[in-house]
Amino acid sequence: MAERAPRVSRLAAPGWSFVFILFSLPVSVPLLVGTVLGTVLSPLWLGLPVLVLFAALVRGYTDTYRRWAGRVLGVAIPRPYRPIPRGGPFTKLKALGTDPATYRDHAWLWLNATLGFAMSVISLALFLGIGFYLIEPYLMQITPPDVFSYDFGLFRVNAHENWWVSWVFAVLAFVLWWILGPVLLRGYARLARWLLGPSARAQLSQRVADLASSRAETVDIQAAELRRIERDLHDGAQARLVSLGMSLGMAEDLLTRNPGMAQELLAEARQSTSLALSELRGLVRGIHPPVLADRGLDGAVQALALANPLSVDVDIDLPVRLPAPVESAAYFAIAEVLTNAAKHSGAGNAWVRVRYEDGQLGMMVGDNGRGGATAAPGGGLHGIERRLSAFDGTVTVASPVGGPTVVTMRLRCDPATDAARPS
Amino acid sequence: MRVVIGEDLVLLRDGLIRMLTAYDFEVVEAVDNGPALLRALVTHRPDVAVVDVRMPPSFTDEGLRAAIEARRQVPGLPVLVLSQYVEQLYARELMSDRAGGVGYLLKDRVSDVTQFVESVRRVAGGGTAMDPEVISQLLSKKDEPLAALTPREREVLGLMAEGRSNAAIAARLFVTEKAVGKHTNNIFSKLGLPPSEDDNRRVRAVLTYLNA
Repeated sequence: MAERAPRVSRLAAPGWSFVFILFSLPVSVPLLVGTVLGTVLSPLWLGLPVLVLFAALVRGYTDTYRRWAGRVLGVAIPRPYRPIPRGGPFTKLKALGTDPATYRDHAWLWLNATLGFAMSVISLALFLGIGFYLIEPYLMQITPPDVFSYDFGLFRVNAHENWWVSWVFAVLAFVLWWILGPVLLRGYARLARWLLGPSARAQLSQRVADLASSRAETVDIQAAELRRIERDLHDGAQARLVSLGMSLGMAEDLLTRNPGMAQELLAEARQSTSLALSELRGLVRGIHPPVLADRGLDGAVQALALANPLSVDVDIDLPVRLPAPVESAAYFAIAEVLTNAAKHSGAGNAWVRVRYEDGQLGMMVGDNGRGGATAAPGGGLHGIERRLSAFDGTVTVASPVGGPTVVTMRLRCDPATDAARPS
Repeated sequence: MRVVIGEDLVLLRDGLIRMLTAYDFEVVEAVDNGPALLRALVTHRPDVAVVDVRMPPSFTDEGLRAAIEARRQVPGLPVLVLSQYVEQLYARELMSDRAGGVGYLLKDRVSDVTQFVESVRRVAGGGTAMDPEVISQLLSKKDEPLAALTPREREVLGLMAEGRSNAAIAARLFVTEKAVGKHTNNIFSKLGLPPSEDDNRRVRAVLTYLNA
């Protein structure tokens, strides 16, 4: 992810440096000592609770740095820890001891107590240096000659002849602080991200796990869809055509002997065709709604809004046409949420907002109903979550009891190339 | 009555030509794509056009767009649009010029020949023929300004949009024609439609109904 400009202003930097001088070395060292003590004492039972206590403290401590560094760098730094397994204290301790993130945390404690501390001291010293050199000529005047004067060998800086050299130092300190201040601060934050964020390896393996599970979901959903289509065709249109053939055959047979009966059968046959057609229509809508092919996501959502019993406000701004699979997934997700709103929320109004920014499609659907919607397994919202997982999509539901409900769905996608456009 | 047909599937195009010819229509031209349809509609200015929504070259809503464009160039040109599916969105777009002479039906309605031919004639005469499926979507809507109507009045308005006469509505709802007349008057006044020629008012009531 691209880094954005630091979120900490230059003027706040000395403040942070001061905080970190107090917070890095003075806190890291006791935490290290505590952990070492716990490990040494663990053959005696006493050490175990100490270890557990300090493990929790270390994680809390590093979490503070994660949050701070995340703010400075403009990216969220996720916690890299493996989930703590269920079981007795030994299982838990073992999980703590085998988690690489634990060791990276301790490496951070060492580095923070040394390098981190030093960086903070330099940063603050440069800032304070500006002030010091500014008032130094004055100090030289009011103190005995040897306290604040320097001997550079070739010349001496003293209160009477060349006091302005101090101001040269002040300017120098200012320039250094101006340049180095942000660099040090960001360097510190990068250091924190490097050790406290998930390692590249951990990130990759997490990604592989996510992909495997989303692929499994996608395959499952597709198989279920095909089964549903097969069943619908079998029980619907196919059965109707069979009965149509029967009616026509009987009418053919009865045409001369009993024209009245034949006419009735023909009317029945016609009825069958229109039922079969209406079932096929429903099926087609479920596979790929024609209006989506005609008008893209924008028009299709407008059509959805019109067909919904609620009065739905639509606000769509899509500067590009999206790839067909994304359009389709987005359409069905919005359709599902709107249908839910009409069925369960008791709302009178709903709204849909769709935006595409920075390669991300954001969809929000809200209603003014009674709220209390959840993405519980088996429910419609959970189904949407599963479908969108193929696009790294996320679904968040804000639905306090009493309403209103807002469902936010996001997925990453690139704009459609012309070749990929539905024709 | 002169008619232009726009339909790309040969089977259906021939069927429509045969059916309409059998009912004394004169098919002046039958075309199979959007641009040709627009040209035919503007040059022939037929009494009525029967148009499929999905046609080449784009195989999207080509027919619908051609029909709307033709009505822009020839205001009030009667068009009956047929489709494999209906969208209220499209009904709204068709009626947005508020000129009447518009029909929008599912393709399967063709199988009820007499009713279909009647719909074509009604559209040619400046009336409307909305598919019951569009109407049923609308009936579930809780929107203004239809909120003021009683359920019965909504039902009557729906049948009016399908293009039925008061007599036909009366027969359908098992009430007297007079009762239907009372409902329609209530509908007109609730929708704020000033008295005018009854047909025109009906079309405008339907327009309000479709939220155009």
